[in-house]
Amino acid sequence: MECLIGIRGKDFVLMAGDSVAGRSVVAMKKDHDKMYQLSNRLLMAACGEGGDTVQFAEYIAKNIQLYRMRNGYDLSTKAAASFTRRNLADYLRSSTPYFVNLLIGGYDDSDGADLYYMDYLGSMVKLPFGVHGYGSFFVLSVMDRYYKEDMTRDEALVLLQRCIDEIHERFIINLNSFKVKIVDKEGIHVMKDLRPTTKQPEETPGTQSMDIV
Amino acid sequence: MSIMAYNGAAIMAMKGKNCVAIAADTRFGIQAQTVSTKFQKIFELGPRLYIGLAGLATDVQTVSERLKFRVNLYELRENRRVKPKTLLSVVSNLLYERRFGPYFVEPVIAGLDDVTSEPFVASLDLIGCPMVTEDFVVSGTCSEQMYGMCESVWSPDLDPDQLFEAISQALLNAADRDAVSGWGAVVHIIEKDKVTTRTLKARMD
Repeated sequence: MECLIGIRGKDFVLMAGDSVAGRSVVAMKKDHDKMYQLSNRLLMAACGEGGDTVQFAEYIAKNIQLYRMRNGYDLSTKAAASFTRRNLADYLRSSTPYFVNLLIGGYDDSDGADLYYMDYLGSMVKLPFGVHGYGSFFVLSVMDRYYKEDMTRDEALVLLQRCIDEIHERFIINLNSFKVKIVDKEGIHVMKDLRPTTKQPEETPGTQSMDIV
Repeated sequence: MSIMAYNGAAIMAMKGKNCVAIAADTRFGIQAQTVSTKFQKIFELGPRLYIGLAGLATDVQTVSERLKFRVNLYELRENRRVKPKTLLSVVSNLLYERRFGPYFVEPVIAGLDDVTSEPFVASLDLIGCPMVTEDFVVSGTCSEQMYGMCESVWSPDLDPDQLFEAISQALLNAADRDAVSGWGAVVHIIEKDKVTTRTLKARMD
C-alpha cells in the first residue's frame, strides 16, 4: 500500500515517498520517512516487507560508506545502483531474500543526475521518472502526459503535486502525506512535506424538492 | 502467471550471406504494466559476437554479467577472442550448473567466427540445451508468432540490407500480436568489417 515517486530533472532528482507506516489495516505511524541517505549525494527510497526495507537499506548504506572510507571517494550512482542490484539478485535465491522495491537517485560530476528503478527481484532500469506501489497505476500516466526533459525544481514539484492529487483522488488507501527530498550537486535537501491539494467544498443548493411533478 | 512471461520479451537472430542479424524488443514491464521502453536485452561479448536474453529481467541482467565475467577470463587465459561455437558451450555450462534451480532465461547467440567470418546462430533453453540452426532462431513470449514470421520472410543468402528488412518485419509483426512484447525494438546487423545498430520505429502499445 506504499508509494514511492522519483522524478529526474535537469541536474537534480526529486524523490518522494508516502509517510504512512502500516501493518494490516492499521496506520501505525503517519510521519515515517522511507528515504535513506546512502552518501552525500545518493538517496534511496525503499518500500516493501517491513523489516527487510530497513535492514537492506542500512546494509547498503553502510557498505557505500565503507567504500568511501577505503578508497577516499564516493561510488558513482550507477555503481552504487549496480552494487545494490547484485546484492538483491544474490539474496533472491538464498533462504533469506529481501522483499524490497527501490528507487535510487543520485548526482555525480561525470553523469549528472540519475534515477534507478529496482524491483524486489533485482531487475534494474534507469528512468526519467519511476513509481513503485499501487500508486504507479495512477501516476505513470500523469507523468507520461506532463513530464518533460530538463525540468526545473519548481516544475518538478508541480508535477509531483499533480501525482499526489491523483493518488488522493482515486486510490482507495488514504495516503495524505508525502515526504519529499531533492538530491543535487550540493547534496540532499529535505523539502516540505506535500499533501493533496484541498478542494473547496462545492456550494450545495438549499434542500432540494423531492416532489413528483 | 508463468515466470518466463512475467516481464515479456521477443528476441530473434537470422543468418544471411556473410552476415548475421540479431534483434530484440526493448520493453521492460511487470506483468501488464510497462515500466521502461529502453531496456537492453542484447549484449556484446565480442566485436562480432552478440547474445540476446529473453525471460525474467533480473536473470537477464545476472546472466549477462556472469557470462561477461566468464568470457573475460577466457580471453585473458587463451589470449584470443572466444568463438561463437565455444560461447554456446560456455552459456550451456553456465545454465546447466543451475539445473535444479535455473536462471529463467532463454538465450539467443548470433555472431561471425573470428577467424573464418562464418555466420553462426544458436539458441538455448533455460537449462542450457544448445541448438544450432542454419536459418534463424527465436526466443521469448511470442515465439510461435516469431517462428511464423521468420519462416515467411527468411530465405537463404540475404545480403545485409535485405536481412535487415526481413528481421525487422519479422520482429515487429510478431511482437504486435503479443501483449507483453514490443514498445520499441533494436536490430544489430553484424558484418565482417562493421556492426550497424538501428532502433526501429515500433508501435508503442
